[in-house]
Amino acid sequence: MSRLRIALVGAPNSGKSTLFNGLTGGRAKVANYSGVTVETRTGQLQTPGGAGIDLIDLPGIYGLKARSTDERIAIDLLCNGRDGEAPPDGMLVLIDAAHLRTHLHTVLQMRAIGRPMIVVLNMIDLAERDGLKIDVERLQTELGVPVVTSRATRATGRADLLACIDRETAGWQARSAADSTVCTIDTDLSAMQREARGIADKAILFEPVMNRLTRQIDQFVLHPVAGPIILAALLFFMFQAVYSWSGPFMDALEAGAAGLGQLAGQWLPAGWFHDLIVDGIIAGVGSVVVFLPQIVILFLFILALEASGYMARAAVLMDELMLRVGLNGRAFIPLLSSFACAIPGIMSARTIDNERDRLTTIMVAPLMTCSARLPVYTLIIGAFIPPDTVGVFNLQGIVMFGLYLTGVVSAVTVAFILKRTVTKGSNQVLIMELPTYKLPNPRDFLLSLWGHVSAFLKRAGTIILTTSIILWFLASYPASATSLRESYAGMIGSVLEKLLAPIGFNLEIAIALVPGMAAREVAVGALGTVYAIQGGEENVEGLAAALQGAWSLPTALAFLAWYVFAPQCFATLATARRETNSWAWTGFMFAYLMTLAYIAAGATFHIASWVGL
Amino acid sequence: MTLDQLEKGRICRVTGFSSGCEDLVIKLREIGFAESDEVELMHRGPLGAQPLCFRLNRTLIALRSDEARAIQVDAQE
Repeated sequence: MSRLRIALVGAPNSGKSTLFNGLTGGRAKVANYSGVTVETRTGQLQTPGGAGIDLIDLPGIYGLKARSTDERIAIDLLCNGRDGEAPPDGMLVLIDAAHLRTHLHTVLQMRAIGRPMIVVLNMIDLAERDGLKIDVERLQTELGVPVVTSRATRATGRADLLACIDRETAGWQARSAADSTVCTIDTDLSAMQREARGIADKAILFEPVMNRLTRQIDQFVLHPVAGPIILAALLFFMFQAVYSWSGPFMDALEAGAAGLGQLAGQWLPAGWFHDLIVDGIIAGVGSVVVFLPQIVILFLFILALEASGYMARAAVLMDELMLRVGLNGRAFIPLLSSFACAIPGIMSARTIDNERDRLTTIMVAPLMTCSARLPVYTLIIGAFIPPDTVGVFNLQGIVMFGLYLTGVVSAVTVAFILKRTVTKGSNQVLIMELPTYKLPNPRDFLLSLWGHVSAFLKRAGTIILTTSIILWFLASYPASATSLRESYAGMIGSVLEKLLAPIGFNLEIAIALVPGMAAREVAVGALGTVYAIQGGEENVEGLAAALQGAWSLPTALAFLAWYVFAPQCFATLATARRETNSWAWTGFMFAYLMTLAYIAAGATFHIASWVGL
Repeated sequence: MTLDQLEKGRICRVTGFSSGCEDLVIKLREIGFAESDEVELMHRGPLGAQPLCFRLNRTLIALRSDEARAIQVDAQE
């Protein structure tokens, strides 16, 4: 007998991802805003009774009449199966106990599919703390399907659920084989709501108004004046923290990499292998791994904002502003995620159900300063901008903030132009649930953080390692070469150099930009390798010192301006291709960003030179 | 009256939907608006007083005025 396949279904914010992680120990991302679970994940679950179950985590849905892409994916998989796979054998339908009355119709719609199911009345402890009293047995009788409760805070709350799964799922596989027909989703919504309200009236014994803490916090957070100020302060604090908190950790990592390089330098006999390890791998990979603390801090903030429930409020506060630009409040969530990485940002644009708004959001997402630009910005700012204080702020921090701001302003401008030209269309609606505030579940939080951190380390270990080795080879050979220009890399770079010289870029930059097309932070590793080879043994002060000697200030500023725009990330382009399903749009994204990068870098270089910097 | 006309702090009940756009009504119903549900305006957005944040039973939901206009309500007590 094959393993039982069970889908986890429920409204956004019903605690699906937490339950999924708890049952499977899996690594699904958890968030409090609608539909972050854009990809279906499957995890394995072994019940106490010995049943092996594949649990499929679906994007959040309120019902079967879906509009947005991720909801359609969920419903399609539920009803028809996908990629040649049969639909799941049964469902665990989650409902947040605190919102039983409002969301009960979702359970009835799922029941209408006609597949075996168990209703999980989730986070019952939080609802009870609010004072809500639910007669679970009555609910089960009225619904005619098994209902089991689950707690948010304690794993013990899952014992009942597991026992229920063992008890109920025994006959599921046989049943689903018998009626694996395409389900009907022709539901009468208003009749179902009427039925749901009727059941709720019977099953809810006492219903207080609303979560008090949420109401009190929102008095400030959603206040017309205080709200935007809090949001701006939060964002400014976040970016300052990324820059200032990471300092000691980065110094330690840098010292570690330098020490490792020296150690390896002493142990290894002189020769090509010595050079490959020290100049190629340690200098290349090391100069990227140094930025891990900044990436951890950035994700820490973004994940905390998501998991606490604040992110949806931020979307509300930004909605009118975004609307005037031609976007939608919902676009704020993908765009803010893009500060961490454009890939999840572009994917979470699936929650925008208007196709033109989604497309506009995808097109401008790469303009948000992603964490891969941090290594570049930090390196150049650290080397060229003095750490003076202006008022209470650090000059380096101000420049960093300015770069972020330039990205945001450009995104807004591009969106504005796009919405009035190529993606013209009717304005769309905003209908969004604001989740109850809660403390992030530490386990979910750490799993999610680890997911992002390990992705960064994996990139450092694969793409950056590979490009460092290849670049080291190209820059070090042929052995007859006496300068960088005569090496293979120099030959390739000198072709590009002609194109890049007008915007102030030198040969080394041209060389670093070639592997830097794969991913932005690769350029830092590439510069590390190039200058380590050039500097030879004397180059012990690190990359920043080498750059100070080699670049003029206008060149450094032009390089920063280039990075605000340049679409140097294969993964982002591949994601854009997949999500837009169009080479034309992907090509357009690449071309417009490249053009902007070239113009911005050129303008910066010439203005800075003219001013006399 | 329609939901967009509701003043802050006043509680009312949903009586029906009125919109030429069937899609919009479905979306509003799916997120949970239904006849006889209790609704209260909790917050207004910072710019142009949009979006509007409503308490629907025990759930907080943000809408723009255009969407709120599609919901008919009966002000109580």
